[in-house]
Order: sequence, then structure tokens, then C-alpha cells
Amino acid sequence: MTDTTPTPATGRTIEIECLRFNPETDSAPRFQSWQVPFDDDTSVLQGLQYIKDHFDGSLTFRWSCRMAICGSCGKMINGVPQLSCHAFLRDYWPNKVRVEPLANFAIVRDLVVDQNEFLDKLESVKPWIQPCENRSVADGPSRQTPAQLDQYYQFSQCINCLLCYAACPQVGLKPEFIGPAALALMHRYNADSRDRGWEARADVANAEEGVWGCTLVGYCSEVCPKGVDPAHAINQNKVNSTMDYFGVRKLLAPKGGAR
Amino acid sequence: METIDSDIVIVGGGGAGLRAAIAAQEADPKLKVALVSKVVPMRSHTVAAEGGSAGVIRDDDSLDNHFDDTVSGGDWLCDQDVVRFFVERCTEEMVRLEHWGCPWSRKDDGSINVRFFGGMKVQRTWFAADKTGFHMLHTLFQTSLKYPGIQRFDEFFVAELLVEDGRVQGVLAIEIATGKFFLLRAKAVILATGGAGRVYSQNTNAGIVTGDGMGLAYRHGVALRDMEFVQYHPTALPGSGILITEGCRGEGAILTNKDGHRYLQDYGLGPLDPWPRPKAMELGPRDRLSQAFWHEERKGNTLTTRHGSAVNLDLRHLGAKKIHERLPLITEVAKTFAGIDPVHDPIPVRPAVHYTMGGIATNGRTETSLPGLYAAGECSSVGIHGANRLGSNSLSEIVVFGRVAGEAAAQYVRSAGATSAASLERQAQAAVTRLEALHQHERGERVAVLREALGECMEKNVGIYREESGLAEACSTLAELRARWRAGVKLDDRSRAFNTEWLSAIELGSMLEVAEAMAHSARERKESRGAHQRLDGYTERDDERFLVHTLAERRGDEAPAISHRPVVITTSAPRARSYGGAGTKAILT
Repeated sequence: MTDTTPTPATGRTIEIECLRFNPETDSAPRFQSWQVPFDDDTSVLQGLQYIKDHFDGSLTFRWSCRMAICGSCGKMINGVPQLSCHAFLRDYWPNKVRVEPLANFAIVRDLVVDQNEFLDKLESVKPWIQPCENRSVADGPSRQTPAQLDQYYQFSQCINCLLCYAACPQVGLKPEFIGPAALALMHRYNADSRDRGWEARADVANAEEGVWGCTLVGYCSEVCPKGVDPAHAINQNKVNSTMDYFGVRKLLAPKGGAR
Repeated sequence: METIDSDIVIVGGGGAGLRAAIAAQEADPKLKVALVSKVVPMRSHTVAAEGGSAGVIRDDDSLDNHFDDTVSGGDWLCDQDVVRFFVERCTEEMVRLEHWGCPWSRKDDGSINVRFFGGMKVQRTWFAADKTGFHMLHTLFQTSLKYPGIQRFDEFFVAELLVEDGRVQGVLAIEIATGKFFLLRAKAVILATGGAGRVYSQNTNAGIVTGDGMGLAYRHGVALRDMEFVQYHPTALPGSGILITEGCRGEGAILTNKDGHRYLQDYGLGPLDPWPRPKAMELGPRDRLSQAFWHEERKGNTLTTRHGSAVNLDLRHLGAKKIHERLPLITEVAKTFAGIDPVHDPIPVRPAVHYTMGGIATNGRTETSLPGLYAAGECSSVGIHGANRLGSNSLSEIVVFGRVAGEAAAQYVRSAGATSAASLERQAQAAVTRLEALHQHERGERVAVLREALGECMEKNVGIYREESGLAEACSTLAELRARWRAGVKLDDRSRAFNTEWLSAIELGSMLEVAEAMAHSARERKESRGAHQRLDGYTERDDERFLVHTLAERRGDEAPAISHRPVVITTSAPRARSYGGAGTKAILT
């Protein structure tokens, strides 16, 4: 997993302090620091890459696109969940910057967390179109007006970077909570005019670990690097879930519009 | 070593791999498909594709137009039978993605909207704002979750193909989280591992784009085809190489030099007006635009930035509303990574390596020369891109040929015999021994030292313009770097769990071999065509001698053997590639 080493032009260096943990040799996490040269546009990710290339090849972290779209490189940076490609060393200097793995996840090694439970949760909301009508490819594209697109569009922007899980106090307290990104994705499909999957997903939404697990802190929406508002998605579905409970949802929110 | 049995192993979980997995399941739901990716599928590089995906849908467009734009854009090095097959299937794949939930951008009446792209006669590019690859990938990934027969192996690194009785029978993979080896047996293997842009230091590619699948096939005797054709994207951020989509120009952005002059008119891409004019000015093809930059730089007409020379990509006249609606990602990227708000200031851009037109040689149905082995997407050379890929054909390619690969492999496994258990195990064990030795190596150079030397060598000698002396230097430098890699790289990391240093050392091995295939292929192509431009007496296209594909075949530690094969021409005889005013005339006559 290669990288681009920054060329320091300013002559400045900054202290980067990383959490280290190797399950094969360490009984507890520890911190290690390096002085890293940086430039006005050096990201925290590039700082980590510099350490790996020049000081210690054993420092381990995930990254890939380095442009805030793949969702790999989320870390706690000075205690705040952020994409490390999207945070810049200039903003921390002259103080040190502390980099830790995302909160609320088990650590696999150094800055890498175990995301398997999240992936299971993502799958549990059945995030695929359950069509309103059976259209074949020969029928051509469905119609969906810009207004209908707007109903779900922001929720389709999630890059699964897990920052919202690291920000959510409920995820920490109650690990079985389905959590912000997966519930936002559920809403993304529920709100799509081509989909009629609410019934198939209702058990997950209505459960204690579903929308009712959310305590409305709203920090998930604050840390989202893509402007998704999971808190809004979840709470909109508390309304849907309540109507479901009283059996009125079907009457009030008929699906359709996809022709 | 743990052993897993499936029917088909798919290596790579990007657009092509996911589409192949779904196609195989739809062909036969009883098939066990192992989808193996070194990342979680939604992190694949497909996610970073921005501008759009081609498919004829407008009344004023036609399959013939798409065919002609593709073949002429590829400077007649495309296999025309395959291009025909491809253009006939693009639109249905776009529609299928729509049915699966892809949030395509729409017109007010709810029908699909399409935008202009470089080298096209008519608007044909389906788009989801400027996050088309992201939306296609997430749609495919989420749709794949409904198929129980697809078993995912996320963050498993495939290090070797296992070949027995003249056919591929599985792969050896490393579970990254633990460092444990897995033998995945299967009757068919589909490689969908993406390109190799990271062999250059300035590129638009994600860090994972290291040519792994090309290296796997190449080491087992499958040729790499047309590797000299490496596409520069004309608009990337200087320094980081982050892509600024062609969609910007599709929406009307213009390119200016340091004097504010729209310099493309000086390179046969004019006239300026009317705008937008298909195939003129900023809607010209990528190779021509990147070459024009090179000339402007030589003339001293470029801007100087901290990260090298640049020109201006000016979107300001589009207005804030259109910029925010159509190009939200670019706006965010320019602000974050260049400190520029494109509503108020032009974005400094320069060419960076973007796409490998060549790859694992396949026939038009994704079959390689090794029975049971298929390849699809950027890692493959199926024959549609020729010497220069048309923008927005790559996203269409991954779904059209991903599907073909899935169906072809599903068909093949019905008649393929059982895998040979004992000998596969022996082979896997031999590979494990090699990989363990690499893991334990304590002397030698750091991975980063060799990787940087590789990137610089390719930039300097195998760039937008090439010549014999530079290519000769590249060939000898790459041979030397391969020898230094073989002598052993020094790893700091002795752990098994999530040892990314070890993986990067393995990746570097493939990168060096793929780069060597590029340099040698380029050296043997003594003409200028598409993205391959020479300065040393071979400045013209030479259809007499070089209307042929290049095949690079591995010869152990030696340099590859280079040979040539005919191109399939069906209906479009080679003629001059004309853009701008000249192009319009050529079409009208």
C-alpha cells in the first residue's frame, strides 16, 4: 500500500503521537511519538505515511484514496473522529497531534479497528432495492423526479467511514445498537420512490437495537465528513416506527411514484 | 493453512468483481462464489471515479456514434468486434444499475440526464453528480448483499495463483488481520484487481492500485497486452494528483494558461465557439489535452505552483448553483486539498497518470490464455480502449465485462473437472515458503526507497512523451530495481497481524514487473499513437508496421519478450483522428 511522501518546504516539524498496540507482543496499548516534517498542505495521513516510510515500517493504519471518498482512514485525531486524509497538520502545530484508533471499536493492531460487526449491521438493514414493481431492463429506467431523488439523496452519500460510530455514545454503551450509518442507509432505501421494503426492514427498525436505541445526541451528524444527517434519518424513522405500531403507516405514507 | 472450497474465486471487490459475483449468482444461484478483496469492497478504487459512465440513451445518439468515438478515440487500436459488443450492452447495464437503486442525476421530468465528455459526438455520459463511481460501487456492493451464495473475504490479500494440469485451480491468500494463509480452491478464477497507476509517482489513483492481478497472471504465463498505453488525465491537482473530473469540462469549464489564453486552440482543438461544441476544445480527448499541456510547459506558458507547473481550470462562469449541483465533490476537494473555491477562483491542474489502457490479455469474452482464468475491468485488456480510453467508458466497461466474466466463469465450472487437492497444497506450500522468507527478511533496502525510485523512473522516462534514450534508461533501471527487490527488502515489521509493510513489499514486486512490461512495450512501439507519443523520429502514427497490439510475456528474471498481434478491424478503416473544427468537417463529409 504505497503512498506519496510529502515534500516539506517550510522546514517545520510537528510531533505526531500514535497509539501502538500489537496483539502478539503487547498486553496494553502504549503511545509512541515522532517528529515529522510538514508543509501547509500535509495531511495527518501523509504524516503517518512519512513515519512508516522513514522511521518505523511497523506502524499500521488503513488508507487508500487519500481524497475523502473511500472511507478507509478514519482515526481519532486529538480525540475527534476524522478522516486522516482530511485533517491537516498545520492546524495542530505548534502543539503535538495525537492519533488513536476510532473509539468504540476493538483494536486489531495500532490504528486499525475491527469493523466486522459494523459490516454485519450494515447487512442486517437489507440495503438493496425491494422494487415497487417488477421492471425488466427492456422497460427502461424508472422515472424519478429531482424532488423524489432529494428524499433520499443525502443519505446515499455515506462512505461507511465509521466516524459516526466512534462519535456515538450509545454505540459505546450498547454495542448491539445498529447505529447511525446502518440506520441512515436503511432510511436511504425506505425513502427511495422505487422501493417498498419498509415491511422487510421494519423488524430491524422497530427493535430496541434499531431506531429506539438512539438517544438523540446528534454528534454522529456533526462528525460526518459527507454531510449525511444520520440523526435525522433515525428520528424520522421513530415516527415511521410509531405509525407502524399503531398500524397507520400504510395509510399515511403510501409508496410509489416510480413508474 | 486453512482450505476453502468454492466454485469461483473473484479477486477484487470493485465494480467489475462485484458485477461478476452478481452475474455468476444470477446464472446459477447454487454456485459458491468467493469474493476476495484486499480491502472491504466499498473501499475499492471504483469509488473514486467521478464524471460518469457511457451508454447511448438520447434520440440524437446511436450505437454507431459510440462505436466511432471509441474506435477513433483509441486511435484505431481497439478490437472493433469487441467495441461493437461493448457499446450494444452499456445502456442495459446502466438501466440495471438504475433498477438496483443507483441515484443517477435526472432531468426535471424524472428521466435520465446525460452530460458531455471528452471525445464524444453527443452527450452520452450517465452521471450521479460527480460521484458516479462511488454511487455505482455502493449500489453494486449493497445489491450483492442479497445473494447468499456470495461469500466475502474482506481484507484478504491474494498472493499467488495456483495452476495445475494446465488450468487455474485456486489462489493463495493472506488474511490481513491475522497473517494466516488461506488456500482457496475453485474451478475458475476471475481477476478484477484494477489498474497499476501507482507505478508512477504522480497519479490520480488510490493507494491500492498496484497492479496485483496483472502481476499474478503475468507470472503464470499470461501476456500483458498494450502496456505502453498509459493514460494521463489532463486535470489533476499538482502534488497530490487528486482527480478533478472531466465532468468539469463536460459542464463547460475551460482551460487557460498563465496568460489567460485558451491554449487548446493552438493544438488543433479549436475553434473556441460555439461552446459547447462536441469534440472541440476542452471536450477533446485526454491524450491530446495532456500533450498540449506538455507543449505549453515547454513554451513557458504554465503557472508555477509549489508542486510544479500547472494551468487553470476555470469553472467560475458556470455559477455557484450549477457548480454545487453538478460538481459537489470537486468543490469540496478543491477547497480542502488546494485551498480554492472554484466558484471564485480557477483550480490549478496538471496531467497525472490515471488509467492503464493495457492489461491482462483476454479475448472479447474475458477469457485469458490460461484455462479457468478470466479478467475484467482495468486489470484486463479486453480490446475496447486501444491507444487511448474515452472518458466514461471505464465505468461502463466494469459492469459490461464484469457481467460477462461472471457468466463465462459460471458456464465454465459446469464442465471443469475436480481440483487436484494434493498437488495444489504442495504448490501453495511452496508459495508460503517464499512469502515467509520475504516476511522475515532483515537486510536490504526499505520498501519506500525502491518504490520512490520506481515512480521517478517512470515519470522521467515513460511519461507523456517518450524517446529511445529514456526508454532504454527505464528498462535498465527497472531491471536493476527488480534485482534489488529480489535481493530482499528490509522489513521493520515481524508481526503477522495486519502487517501492511509485508503486503507493500509483495505489491512492490508486482509493480516492478508491470512497470517493466510498460517500458519494454513502449520501447518496441516505434511510432506515435494515442497516449504513446515519441519524440525520436517516430513522431507519426505508422499503420504499416504498428497497427498491432503489443504482447509482453514474462521471462523469469530477464526482460520480457515483446511481440505483436493484429488488431481486429471490422467496419472502421483507420483514418486521421480529427477533433475541433477539423473533426466536424470530417464528420459532415
